[in-house]
Amino acid sequence: MDEPGTAVPRSALPQAGQFALELTGVSRHFGALVAIADIDMTVRAGERRAVLGSNGAGKTTLFNAITGDFPPTSGRVRLFGEDVTYLPVHERIRRGLRRTYQISLLFGGLSVIENIFLACRGVGRGRFSLLRPRPDDGAMEMAETLLDAVHLDDRRDTPVAELSHGEQRQLEVALALSGAPRLILFDEPAAGLSPSERADLVEILQSLPPHIGFIVIEHDMDVALRVAERVTMMHNGRIFKQGTPEEIENDPEIQELYLGHGERGGGRA
Amino acid sequence: MFGAAGKSSAYPLGINPAILLVAVFLLGYPLFASDFFTFQIGAYSLILGTIALSLTMLAGYGGMVSLAQMTVAGFAAYVMAILGTNSVGVMGLGWPWWLTAAIAILGAALLSTFIGAISARTEGIYTIMITLAIAVAFFYFVRQNYVIFNGFTGFAGIEPPTLFGVYWRDPMPFYYLCLAVAAFFYFAVLYGSRSSFGLGLQAVRDNPRRVRALGINVFSHRVVAYFYAGAIAGTAGVLLVWFNGRVSPGLVGVDMVIDILVIAVIGGLGAPIGPFLGAVAFVLLENFAIDLIDRERFNTVIGLAFLLIVLFSPDGMLGLWRRAESRIRLPRANALWGARANRDDWHSASSPKRM
Ligand SMILES: Nc1ncnc2c1ncn2[C@@H]1O[C@H](COP(=O)(O)OP(=O)(O)O)[C@@H](O)[C@H]1O
Ligand SMILES: [Mg+2]
Repeated sequence: MDEPGTAVPRSALPQAGQFALELTGVSRHFGALVAIADIDMTVRAGERRAVLGSNGAGKTTLFNAITGDFPPTSGRVRLFGEDVTYLPVHERIRRGLRRTYQISLLFGGLSVIENIFLACRGVGRGRFSLLRPRPDDGAMEMAETLLDAVHLDDRRDTPVAELSHGEQRQLEVALALSGAPRLILFDEPAAGLSPSERADLVEILQSLPPHIGFIVIEHDMDVALRVAERVTMMHNGRIFKQGTPEEIENDPEIQELYLGHGERGGGRA
Repeated sequence: MFGAAGKSSAYPLGINPAILLVAVFLLGYPLFASDFFTFQIGAYSLILGTIALSLTMLAGYGGMVSLAQMTVAGFAAYVMAILGTNSVGVMGLGWPWWLTAAIAILGAALLSTFIGAISARTEGIYTIMITLAIAVAFFYFVRQNYVIFNGFTGFAGIEPPTLFGVYWRDPMPFYYLCLAVAAFFYFAVLYGSRSSFGLGLQAVRDNPRRVRALGINVFSHRVVAYFYAGAIAGTAGVLLVWFNGRVSPGLVGVDMVIDILVIAVIGGLGAPIGPFLGAVAFVLLENFAIDLIDRERFNTVIGLAFLLIVLFSPDGMLGLWRRAESRIRLPRANALWGARANRDDWHSASSPKRM
């Protein structure tokens, strides 16, 4: 893009910092298949965004491109003003990016608290230590706090492989909240949750501190429209519409396509 | 503190009587066993078990099957002969035993780290192949290098020191030395499995991709695991050269490399006791199968045992025990093998499926 250090005026730099995420022309191909094509998208720091779209629209692929799980075939990814297109996953995480996975990816052999503890320890000092963490260890204290926050305190020492689906989703959220997140990507966090678990999730998302922005992929319009300030609609690997929840909800084209004649909740194209 | 801590306190003094029984047996063993059983069976099982333990740590907790652990132990053995004293008139710098032993163990750990750095970006069968290639390369290197490694002949006359008035190669003291080392690493692995590093290693095994998404560098975590495993194997290598009194390329040949894998798998990769069970079974078979069949067929017997275990009990003897236990419903019997009935120490092993 810009030549480093030349054309960029000094005054433009702080402005770049306003954005948590800037995607320019991001595409990802899998062989001949174009999973996402030419995505331009910006998310302000602290913004709460929902991404909607039918199955196969490319939502998860978009997340993978942002985190570097599957780097983009072309285009640029900037995180907090810094070009991270060529950085490995763990380097992006160190810059405050977090994500959950659509299909829970947890450490099945470890207990709930151990999973959260690892996430909190993350890249902190002592990750190669052969000593067991003490209760007053900073990462351990934070893990206990998160454990309460996602309502898993009664499952503290349960091996993760024995958790119910809903509990695993909650744990996913806890892992994403660990450390010092600034932008979190939630991939269908409400999928398969019971109504009460869903309400818990909405509450957790709504009560996040304002400096933490997130992008949430959600099929359930109720959840999406309640937690998001802006909504991005995807279709066939492209952005098809963006706007506030009200604009999206009242858009006749979307009502027709996505909501299916005003019928709400879990509606899919 | 972590999870299972509360479970063991159900016993008086917090000690499981079964563990007490095993400890008493191991400590009292040389008092009633013959010199042959103390030295050739007892001490040798403990040494091989410790080398296999380093593989269990890598494979069971880290999902990395390295065939080069015997190579690492053998390297330490060679360092003892080269820097210490030997009787063949090649090298043998005559450095004091504590210095050579320290260098041997550190050198082994660094060699292991180097092997890890080469192989840690590979997965599964490729890790096995690349570490096997390294092991074979090391074997041919020491066999052909006469200047430092004295080639085909190797070294003889390597002895442990006489310390505190004890000659440490006498069966009983040597047995206790091996027992102390084995017990130290056994408990270190058991304890370390719940440490920051140990948890991270199991996380890398369970799900490398997710570990990256936590900001942890999978590669460096694996390489550090090789370092720790190398220190274990290297210490056992020092004991091994004292046990044999000699070291030659045969010690790091493909046979021995495979034997360590066989021991670890027969015993079970699921808990740090596995390699020791496997080693006892292996050493007993090695010594007594010859009475029943001729020497040539020994490898066939071992190979058959290996095949049967892999086919019928992927968790090794540990798995057999567990199944028998659940059938006769012995309460708490599994606590016999672990300091606590921590399920992770058992179940983690089923994960090398991901290797
Ligand atoms: N790792 C992959 N390899 C091949 N094709 C993939 C891969 N990941 C996603 N795709 C394809 O990319 C398209 C978009 O998938 P995805 O991003 O998962 O959609 P969504 O999350 O919106 O349901 C789909 O056609 C899917 O089959
Ligand atoms: Mg998806």
